Amino acid sequence: MFGFSLRPRKASASTAKERLQILLAHERSGSGGARPDCLPQLQREILEVIRRHMQIGDEAIDIRMERGDELSSLEINIEFPGKLGMN
Amino acid sequence: MSKDLKLEEPLGKVIVVTSGKGGVGKTTTSAAVGAELARRGHKTVVIDFDVGLRNLDMIMGCERRVVFDFINVIQGDAKLKQALIRDRRLETLSVLPTSQTRDKDALTKDGVQKVLEELRQEFDYIICDSPAGIERGAQMAMHFADEAIVVTNPEVSSVRDSDRVLGLLNSITDRAGKAGAEPVKAHVLITRHDKSRISNGEMMKVEDVLEVLAEPLLGIIPESKAVLRASNLGVPVVLDDPSAAATAYEDAVGRLIGEQIEMRIAADRRPGLLQRLFGRAV
Ligand SMILES: Nc1ncnc2c1ncn2[C@@H]1O[C@H](COP(=O)(O)OP(=O)(O)OP(=O)(O)O)[C@@H](O)[C@H]1O
Ligand SMILES: [Mg+2]
Repeated sequence: MFGFSLRPRKASASTAKERLQILLAHERSGSGGARPDCLPQLQREILEVIRRHMQIGDEAIDIRMERGDELSSLEINIEFPGKLGMN
Repeated sequence: MSKDLKLEEPLGKVIVVTSGKGGVGKTTTSAAVGAELARRGHKTVVIDFDVGLRNLDMIMGCERRVVFDFINVIQGDAKLKQALIRDRRLETLSVLPTSQTRDKDALTKDGVQKVLEELRQEFDYIICDSPAGIERGAQMAMHFADEAIVVTNPEVSSVRDSDRVLGLLNSITDRAGKAGAEPVKAHVLITRHDKSRISNGEMMKVEDVLEVLAEPLLGIIPESKAVLRASNLGVPVVLDDPSAAATAYEDAVGRLIGEQIEMRIAADRRPGLLQRLFGRAV
């Protein structure tokens, strides 16, 4: 974060452009199928599949995303009770 | 300070940043005030109420990490904790982004109230970045506020709209409707203050603005290049290199939480070479 102060001050507009290009590319294409609006459904489906095998609550799932230039990442954490509640 | 007192109940104070007129600096202010409160150790969340025109995430620099939003939470598609984005610079700061694809009708009074109640249990300050206008979106943003920062530029149409907004705060909000409740505490924040345009008579003087609005002054934020730079970088201006705007926002936040700070009009100085090389010297 402090790296910015080493660059010449003019660089801020090009940073803005890069940020916009990445964001807009994702918004326009819905790249990787990860349009913002498909995430609630993705979440429901993941819960459904996992529930076939173990008992977890609605709050057990946590999805984090980081959209990148060439690569984006989707991090899905499922929490379940200490002992696996297998069905 | 409040860091040592973390076992205490969170303060749970809801503050709306509103203006009526568009483009006067509400989102810039929400980001700066939120970040400064968080930097002082207060647990703070900034909520984007500008449904359909999501911008706060860009200004705060978390646009690539939005998964769920305020509307998903209101509609039950996500839990609040899944939609909150924790700032990477300050652990006390979070953002609740809004939807890019829905419209303001997705904001229901009950939904907004439920989300705010939940946030009050966890945060000291809940900053609501209002959309422009005085319609539904702006009314939802102010409805449950305890305090309001009315952002005003020193020019006639902005001052006039601020007056309208002050009227709404005193008539249509939850506090206005509750018998015996304290009214919403309003503060005027003058932004984009440009000394040269005021001295040549193009822009209104601070005294004149305050005389018209008759509410206490929270601060005077100068027109500053640092604001554009900070928004390009996705860094709230108070977390970027030192600038007149950052100092003015720091002072305003001090006053907001009850410190006595003399009113001053900061102006940008070109930072020295060392300051530029090593960033924030404080
Ligand atoms: N103190 C300032 N100095 C210079 N430019 C500023 C200042 N405050 C805000 N701006 C610029 O003014 C423009 C509008 O600011 P901002 O988006 O914060 O306003 P807003 O009230 O949230 O707008 P909207 O009504 O569209 O939501 C931005 O380009 C921002 O960089
Ligand atoms: Mg805005």
